Amino acid sequence: MNEEKKVAIKKIQATGMMRKIMADYFYELDKASKEGSPKIAWCTSVGPAELLLSLGFLVHYPENHGAMLGATRTANDYIPVTNAIGYSPDICSYLTSDVGAFIKKETPLSRAYEGIERVPKPDVLVYNTNQCRDVQDWFSWYSRELNVPALGISTYRNIGKIENYNLESIVQQMKDMIPPLEKISGQKFDIDKLRHFLSLSYECTQLWKKILEANTAIPAPMSFFDGTIHMGPAVVLRGSPQAVEYYKVLLKELEERVANKEGAVEGEKFRLYWEGMPIWGKLRDLAEFFISLKTAVIASTYCNSWIFEAFDPEDPFMSIAQAYTEIFIVRDEYYKEKYIEEMVHKYKLDGLLFHDAKTCPNNSNNRYGMPERLEKKLNIPALTINGDLNDLRCYSEEQAKTNIEAFVEQLGAK
Amino acid sequence: MNNFVGIDVGASTTKAVIIDEKKEIRGYSVVNSGADFEAAAEEAFKKTRENAKGKVSNKFFVLATGYGRRNVSFADQTKTEISCHAKGSFFHFPHAHTLIDIGGQDSKIIKVNDSGKRIGFKMNRKCAAGTGAFLEEIANRLRVKIGKLNELAKKAERNIQIGSYCTVFTATELLTKIREGIEVKELIKGIFDSVVKRALEMDPLEGNIVMTGGVVAYNPFLVNMFEEKLDKKIFVPPLPQLTGAVGAALYALEAKGGQNA
Repeated sequence: MNEEKKVAIKKIQATGMMRKIMADYFYELDKASKEGSPKIAWCTSVGPAELLLSLGFLVHYPENHGAMLGATRTANDYIPVTNAIGYSPDICSYLTSDVGAFIKKETPLSRAYEGIERVPKPDVLVYNTNQCRDVQDWFSWYSRELNVPALGISTYRNIGKIENYNLESIVQQMKDMIPPLEKISGQKFDIDKLRHFLSLSYECTQLWKKILEANTAIPAPMSFFDGTIHMGPAVVLRGSPQAVEYYKVLLKELEERVANKEGAVEGEKFRLYWEGMPIWGKLRDLAEFFISLKTAVIASTYCNSWIFEAFDPEDPFMSIAQAYTEIFIVRDEYYKEKYIEEMVHKYKLDGLLFHDAKTCPNNSNNRYGMPERLEKKLNIPALTINGDLNDLRCYSEEQAKTNIEAFVEQLGAK
Repeated sequence: MNNFVGIDVGASTTKAVIIDEKKEIRGYSVVNSGADFEAAAEEAFKKTRENAKGKVSNKFFVLATGYGRRNVSFADQTKTEISCHAKGSFFHFPHAHTLIDIGGQDSKIIKVNDSGKRIGFKMNRKCAAGTGAFLEEIANRLRVKIGKLNELAKKAERNIQIGSYCTVFTATELLTKIREGIEVKELIKGIFDSVVKRALEMDPLEGNIVMTGGVVAYNPFLVNMFEEKLDKKIFVPPLPQLTGAVGAALYALEAKGGQNA
């Protein structure tokens, strides 16, 4: 009776549709890569994707590929390869696992999708430093290796109130990108096309927001761990009708769960927030563990980071600048604390989990005393788990699980 | 009379305690955990039954804790060592306090309030610095028996500072100090000081302080060093290494509807 109870994660029926549209997306990229047309841009996950789509590029997101390396638990085969060429084990493990896989000419795409042998070859690399500086170094490596231009946007960071000068700078940087991008794609920039893709992205983002907000219901219909998988289309297919259609289906299913009071966690007793990156290689394991503890992790900064409410087709450049600047990771500590506080109230949370991801300081918000400040302010407990997004050497399974279990015991103590 | 058993399967040692319905400790034992947690738990349970005072019935309710808690197939329930340490500590010191537990491979800071409710905890990060494993490794490098550390540290006449965090780098640093002619007893006191520093880094350590764990049980001088550093008296239960097992036994009693443990 003392073995960890075997539990089953409730299947989300829409998953099949998601797999199909994701497969179509990767095959389309692969075909373009093999045929040389349309042109392919690599873009950071909160980079100016809509601008690239409007110029006729297909867009590949290396962070999505990094997450696949983590989720398939192959990242640790590749991180040492990149360490060996001078990239520290302390820097972004998306970077080190992705570059290492490239050097070894391997990709989880080839295991998931028959016929795909490589990641799609880029014609241009476009980054936005709104997340971190590592993306610039990451894309610069490919730029040197493949002799492909890297174009970037530098975003102000640690922002409290967003000022016009923060945004005007980004608007100008985006506009400066257009001539070289036109040259590479062979297409003239058309602002109406940009408006079109922005409308689709906005629709996608609104649906994704409603999906996440379904978890304000008690019990919550979807776990954070489900969310990290189902956000795939919001990341790589935003700006497409497929993502919009998919999220309509997913939203309907979750609304049905809410109506039927069907929670992702059977007998939900506690509701927690996940702050920071997922531990990709342990998603299923942690999802099952939390189910066994009757504890639902139901709200997160991470999944919310792909809500871009500012998108406005009437004012495309300024609204893109606004949307990609106002995300959590770009903001100052005061804003972040206020944001989490609002989430605690909105989702009726009992506690906060902070993931201290060893190689992702920008997305580890426990390091400057925030959990302790929030504990005092909100009068709910916080727990920090040491781990990493991809590098499982930084994660101690037993230690993490004992901490989580003790935290839940504390929540349950009278 | 029913008996309630707490078994704490730790990374280094396995501890078992039997208590009765009046919360009296009837017997206890400590064995090495080794590589077979189930066997260690059985051995500790058997020894505890054998050395128990007075008549002990064959009816037991067993609660397992510690890293190996899920390997104890004969346990009726499990609970984390963090909850069990808090429970055991509050049993001996029933007032609000902060517990420092230094175990074989982890150290914990646990806060309990006036009613014994755990209000927060911290564990060492994924690193053995400041734990029993750290002391074992250094003792091994210095060719000093682990049981001699306490006496040697007490004899040190001066304090030396160990700057390294990592166990391996500490060993390297010690080589430099050996070359400088620093005596072993002073090196040992230096590594005790390193253990103190690791704990101080984990939490501000305010209010009443209790210390438990195997490292404290075998190295009481470490408590003196903490007292000196914090400038206050530190409370230590009579069987510091068994605090988690006592807490587990109290939870077992509670689970069976005994006294409000």
